[in-house]
Amino acid sequence: MDTFLALTVTGLVTGCLYALTASGLVVTYTTSGIFNFAHGAIGMLAAFSYWELTASQGMPGLPALLLTVLVISPLVGAVIERLLVRRLGTASLEVTLTVTVGLLLLLIGIANTIWDPATPHRVQAFFLGDEVTVAGVVLTAHQLVIVATATAVAISLWAFLHWSRTGVALRAVVDDRELAALTGASPTRVGQLGWALGAGLAGLAGVLLASQVSLDATTMTLLVVNGYAAAVLGRLTNLPLTFVGGLLLGLCQAWAVGYLTLDFISQIQPVIPMLFLFVALVLSPQARLRVAQTAPLRAPSVPGARRTLLATGSFLVVAALAAVAMPLSRMGDATHGMAVALILLSLVPLVGYGGMVSLSQLTFAGIGAVALAKVGGGPEGLLAAIAVPAAVGLLVALPTMRLRGLHLALATLAFGYAMDDAFFSNATVMTDSLGLPVPRPLGLDDPRGYFFLVCGAFAVCAFGVLALRRSTLGRRLVALGDSPAGCSTLGMRVRRTKLGVFAMSAGMAGLGGALLGGQQGAVGSADFGLLLSLTLLLLAVVWGVRTVSGVLIAALLLEAAPLLQDHISGVGSVVPLLVGLGAIGLGKHQNGIVGSVVAATRRRRAVPNLPQPRTEPPIREEVLTSAQS
Amino acid sequence: MLRVEDIGVRFGGVHALKGVSLTCPAGQVTGLIGPNGAGKTTLFNIVTGIQRPDAGSVHLDDRDITRDSTEQRARAGLARTFQRLEVFGSLTVRENVQLAAELHRGLRRRGRSPVELADDLLARVGLTAVADHQAGVLPTGSARLLELARALAISPTTLLLDEPGSGLDEAESHQLGDLLRSLAAEGTAVLLVEHDVQLVMRICAHIYVLDFGQLLCEGSPAEVQADVGVQQAYLGAESVAS
Repeated sequence: MDTFLALTVTGLVTGCLYALTASGLVVTYTTSGIFNFAHGAIGMLAAFSYWELTASQGMPGLPALLLTVLVISPLVGAVIERLLVRRLGTASLEVTLTVTVGLLLLLIGIANTIWDPATPHRVQAFFLGDEVTVAGVVLTAHQLVIVATATAVAISLWAFLHWSRTGVALRAVVDDRELAALTGASPTRVGQLGWALGAGLAGLAGVLLASQVSLDATTMTLLVVNGYAAAVLGRLTNLPLTFVGGLLLGLCQAWAVGYLTLDFISQIQPVIPMLFLFVALVLSPQARLRVAQTAPLRAPSVPGARRTLLATGSFLVVAALAAVAMPLSRMGDATHGMAVALILLSLVPLVGYGGMVSLSQLTFAGIGAVALAKVGGGPEGLLAAIAVPAAVGLLVALPTMRLRGLHLALATLAFGYAMDDAFFSNATVMTDSLGLPVPRPLGLDDPRGYFFLVCGAFAVCAFGVLALRRSTLGRRLVALGDSPAGCSTLGMRVRRTKLGVFAMSAGMAGLGGALLGGQQGAVGSADFGLLLSLTLLLLAVVWGVRTVSGVLIAALLLEAAPLLQDHISGVGSVVPLLVGLGAIGLGKHQNGIVGSVVAATRRRRAVPNLPQPRTEPPIREEVLTSAQS
Repeated sequence: MLRVEDIGVRFGGVHALKGVSLTCPAGQVTGLIGPNGAGKTTLFNIVTGIQRPDAGSVHLDDRDITRDSTEQRARAGLARTFQRLEVFGSLTVRENVQLAAELHRGLRRRGRSPVELADDLLARVGLTAVADHQAGVLPTGSARLLELARALAISPTTLLLDEPGSGLDEAESHQLGDLLRSLAAEGTAVLLVEHDVQLVMRICAHIYVLDFGQLLCEGSPAEVQADVGVQQAYLGAESVAS
């Protein structure tokens, strides 16, 4: 009984932190309609700011806390709203997600640049050493502070939203933005207030969490991601349910830690928040088909069969020349880049055409690499590297196909995050501490031959992707991305189309992952991490996930980034900074760089004056008039 | 033929639709009019399965389709256009119609090729000149015609049109009326929601008037025009009295 009580109290404390995080997320989502993936990163930045004020500048805890939570974090939120969110308007989900994920990476990059990750940063708990015993359970003063703060925040948020004039305006804007504007509320100001408030709550959660863990930009950011599950339970809009969700999640996690001690079960302990998120998503009722569209983009043109064949042939010739002429020292990087390009290519049909955002594409790449490693380098290994991820993709997609948009993206995030902890970090999968050895497929040990094989695989898949776009399935996918309601009312079997493309995309990513593994010789858990997955998605969207050339350039640039890093000293991490900035620029050029250039260079044709509709068979007015009379 | 019986929908405590029944027979254009917020689009959403009713049933060609999904209803011969446009903006105008034809052909596999059918339908609604343009850049009136062509590509027996005339000028609206009558003459049941009362009165054989979620009256254009209740709903009680 004592254990149960102790676990419950610990669970409630953690749950309060989740509730705080999630409530901030809900406030920003409801006021702007944009799910802020960078919410965790704002909390992380607040934690570092708090460390800077207390440990580095010597400020006492309370003023530092107030300054961080009431001034710095809300200011960050308001600035983000002004510079980014307001510009997004009616942008598609793929763009809004990418911009906020880009912001997440940018903030991590900034934090790593200012606060050297190699130096440990520690934040002291509030009232360190003070303890209280409640019903035989020892509680630290810091834990009590967490519970008291969460309770106070829950009550004041409710009171603010229901009793204050500003709070009522905020709810009005959530209900109907245009109507609220007509009655005198300013949706823009309310949106900014929502972001400031949300960021303040993220900051509060970040500071309270900081003393519980070692202060690391990535860890802190991802810890806050756990709170997303609570927000989903509150359907991203309901604050009381979100608080309940946070507490439930905390309790589930604590009880699991206490009671699930069997080896297998204990391995899933770290992924409980993500399982919680996945289940909450799958079971949550979905809104009916949304009958409203995002602003149309000028889509990049689709090359015809002849042009595709010509481009593929030219690419293979260049690849053959490069395979012969490139110095051996560069061959590894080039092969690696082309394998990454293949993984990015798998995003084109899924995200670019179908508008289904997958945040865990590298997970499928990882499964492909593991499949090749386990089956062997022969043709059957290569086949397994495609078939196994495709099958897993199908399994993940089956329960989630009901989901749309953001919910689907979050489900893939939960899957990727869970696989990070339960599969790629699992000793039974990654048998060797140095990583799992992956053979080169088809015994191609010669680096030049292997480079050409990877280029060939990319060329074949790229040809296939473009052929797919020109086919009925391609048209179905694009239509599905543009208007699910339109598709349904034409009789399209939407789920079947979605499942097919999800499995195909996972298979292609698996092949890319296997080829990547073959090039490296071994793969480890760090190769397929969630943050890297997000970075790849961002790069693809920034450069143009609707075009094959866009993802090819994105992959090659990612490969070139370390070279750039060598030439820029004093910058913590070039890739997150560049990718983050690029994603933010996406707010303006939503087709991606290549997509925008392609669309801009298309012959601009004004829509001509249209002739009148032709009637068939012609009906003469007088006949009808007499019929009516 | 479409038959809707005793449909009821509640949003919280508000009745969006209450006891609405109507019939839309094949071979004629049936009108559904009413002030903004009367429940016309909600009824379309119920008929096409985008939204579920709290009460009542929907029958297509004497088959109860109340529990069918949107896709099943489309395959049974029900097509619609939308008040808020739902064109596939990233596809070309031709691809929009071609896709619909392909989906239909996938079911029945006979007749002309989807591209031929798409070109014919685009000619019929007058969009041949923009067939290769991206649909997302079309002006509203043309996009509505595209939605009509796309709906026709699945060879529907019943066609629901939600304000197809908005965004069209007077001459275009007149031509649209002729087109709709010709469709009805070919045997299609057409249910038309339209704010252009002139158009409705000219082409509809029978008209239903909806107000605050309930049927106010029904009848021929002349009967509906003469109805005091309809005049009050549109013009206000005071204007009618004076």
